[in-house]
Amino acid sequence: MGRSLKKGPYVDEKLLERVERMNRAGEKRVVKTWARRSMIVPEFVGHTVAVHNGKQHVPVYITEHMVGHRLGEFAPTRIFRKHGAATDKTVALK
Amino acid sequence: MPRILGVDIPGKKQIQYSLRYIYGVGPTVAQRVCEQAKIDPAKKADALSDEELARIINVIQNGYRVEGDLRREVSQNIRRLISIGSYRGTRHKRGLPVRGQRTSTNARTRKGPRRTVGAVRGKEARAAVK
Repeated sequence: MGRSLKKGPYVDEKLLERVERMNRAGEKRVVKTWARRSMIVPEFVGHTVAVHNGKQHVPVYITEHMVGHRLGEFAPTRIFRKHGAATDKTVALK
Repeated sequence: MPRILGVDIPGKKQIQYSLRYIYGVGPTVAQRVCEQAKIDPAKKADALSDEELARIINVIQNGYRVEGDLRREVSQNIRRLISIGSYRGTRHKRGLPVRGQRTSTNARTRKGPRRTVGAVRGKEARAAVK
């Protein structure tokens, strides 16, 4: 079920590299990413990552509690808009 | 009826089964506790001496998280998932299945008894509902 420990956590390499470069430079910028499957590692803490939800990038501020989870867990891909006939509200979204 | 760890009162059963009345003690832990306390798991709970009971309590307290502590840990874990805004957290909050099960049908354990929601057609009908 779980991932083999031998392999270590899966982290998107390009994303990690960008975050590490920012850490060295001491800057904080929002990083856009599509790597929803990437694990959150301690280096990410304090940064804001914009995670793609299939439509747009959702800004996620990383706290230390989130380490070990994956980026996609914080950018939901579905929105539930109540059951029932179309209302003005739901129609306006389309 | 012997008491172990306050509230739990296992009955006239073998100790390996009556220990399972404690929250957090299942078949495996019950057998391990008997082994570590050097007690015959098939012995009836009523037949245990005070000294044997003390040994069981000692083993459980020093090796296993049970009852209140365990419940607290579980609810803390859930609270953490909710507070970090993860998908699993929102599923807990909304009372829906957390591990990707289908919700079109079934999922009744999480969702509770059926509640029918029908479509309200037409502007007038919607106004009437409100």
